[in-house]
Amino acid sequence: MKKILSGNLFFTLILIALLALVPYIAPPFYVYLTLTSLAYIPVVIGFNILFGYTGLLSFGHGLFLALGMYTTAFLMRNYTMENLEVLILASALSAFIVGLGVGYICVKYTRIYFALLTLAFGMVFYTLLIKFTPITGGDEGLRITFKPLLLGLDFRYLPHLDFLFQPYYYYVLGIVIILTVLAYIIVSSHFGLSLKAIKENSEKAEALGINIKRFRLYSFVISAIYTSIGGALLAHITSHVTPIFSYWTTSGEIVFMTLLGGFTNFFGPIIGVFVYTLLRDFIMSTIIYWRILFGAALLLIIIFVPGGISEGLIRIYKHFKGA
Amino acid sequence: MGLLEVLEVTKYYGDFKALDNVDLKINRDERISIIGPNGAGKTTLLNLISGLLKPTRGKIILEGKNITNMSPSERCKLGIVKSFQIPSYFPNLTTLDNLKVALISSLGKSKNFLKSYQQDEEINNLSERALEVFGLYERRNFLAKDLPHGDKKLLDVASAFALRPKLILLDEPTSGVSIKEKRDLMGTIMSALKEMEISSLILVEHDMDIVFNYSSRVVVLHNGKILDDSSPELVKANKEVASVMFGS
Repeated sequence: MKKILSGNLFFTLILIALLALVPYIAPPFYVYLTLTSLAYIPVVIGFNILFGYTGLLSFGHGLFLALGMYTTAFLMRNYTMENLEVLILASALSAFIVGLGVGYICVKYTRIYFALLTLAFGMVFYTLLIKFTPITGGDEGLRITFKPLLLGLDFRYLPHLDFLFQPYYYYVLGIVIILTVLAYIIVSSHFGLSLKAIKENSEKAEALGINIKRFRLYSFVISAIYTSIGGALLAHITSHVTPIFSYWTTSGEIVFMTLLGGFTNFFGPIIGVFVYTLLRDFIMSTIIYWRILFGAALLLIIIFVPGGISEGLIRIYKHFKGA
Repeated sequence: MGLLEVLEVTKYYGDFKALDNVDLKINRDERISIIGPNGAGKTTLLNLISGLLKPTRGKIILEGKNITNMSPSERCKLGIVKSFQIPSYFPNLTTLDNLKVALISSLGKSKNFLKSYQQDEEINNLSERALEVFGLYERRNFLAKDLPHGDKKLLDVASAFALRPKLILLDEPTSGVSIKEKRDLMGTIMSALKEMEISSLILVEHDMDIVFNYSSRVVVLHNGKILDDSSPELVKANKEVASVMFGS
């Protein structure tokens, strides 16, 4: 156990150090991609608390990503709310309320029924975003026209990219570290073990006194909050929020990132985010039919390495260690 | 003193009547075996008591409280726990973590979001102790799915025992194990009952040696009805029971 913990800790520290160096060593475009990936980390971590730890596959997490983005854009446009911490809390609160309502209905079902229900809720939200034009901006979405205050500090004097690549980058990195540590604590807690038990054998878990529907709901709400906070962070990077973030393809991307990195390992989805973002950019710039390649990649992963890249890396590590 | 009462319970599966107006009173410190031919309604009765099934008609009362509509998890908190006919466990958790799930639940710690379950001394000590009682300590770090069949059975029973229930329901704990293993397994279960101070037991079992050796009372079910309910000696001497059970 200590070995695994120290291995995880070592991996984490190396990753943080590399990420902190990115704005100084990488070309601006790659800093942008890394920043986007960072904003997606809470999204996949949240998604995986529900999928990897509780065993519920959601195809509607785009809903919560868009919810965080729209909450941020709406409050900034209509209430000139500029403090990012308040915007993040507001996004978390909106996800808590919506997650409680949607989750209450969805967790009554499991497997394909749960997946289809979440997909349906995501698509309902997508339609609402398009139809409620006065609030949501319809097809056009909402633009974020000014920069938020970070810990009360005003960086509006900086050009947009300088703002994103310096103070905002480190702010997002800090938030992501805090959320990742918190998620690790949650999945390693008594509650986390109970979630794993529900995933493994829900009938047995219930026979041992665990209220499985309630615990699935807790997991759903935590997952929604994480995803929504990711959305709040992403909104300032895109500066423009549109209904596409609630569309099923976005939800599918979240699933893909998680499967790519590996849902059985806590750090798997984080690896998945970075690999997906960089790979997509690389493949999109070389081949028009990039979705075919991603489809083929997903197929190969599911067949040969169902635990994703993280499992592949662990296999390679064990192979060389044993050799 | 009355612990559990099953009052006029009927259970239908579609048009099939699995239990027909069954009345049963279970007292503290009783070790009851439920026997009967296949399809007599034994497992149905156990599932109705544990809450995995709801009766079509009738009531189930625990210590004066109507628990008929309570879920298995609510009944578990009130002290009724069931182990399964086919061993039920968490396959990708270690033997030790399987026990910890049960203990965390029984101690009301499941909602603790921030404390690491690996560093909870109370949980660690209690789960290791329970594994020692059931002879599984040496295999505490095995994944449950990698245990031999007999150990999986023991693990299922151990996790039920770890909750320290008022009434434990064991559904064919010895099915699928060899004759020698059966005796060892029942010996372990009986010493665990004593060690963990669990006084009331309902056992569904096909092996009559086990039934007559380990029970203080035997209930015979046939076609969803109680055919006999008395001491092992009297049940053994009942010719109608012998005819139903052994065709003699």
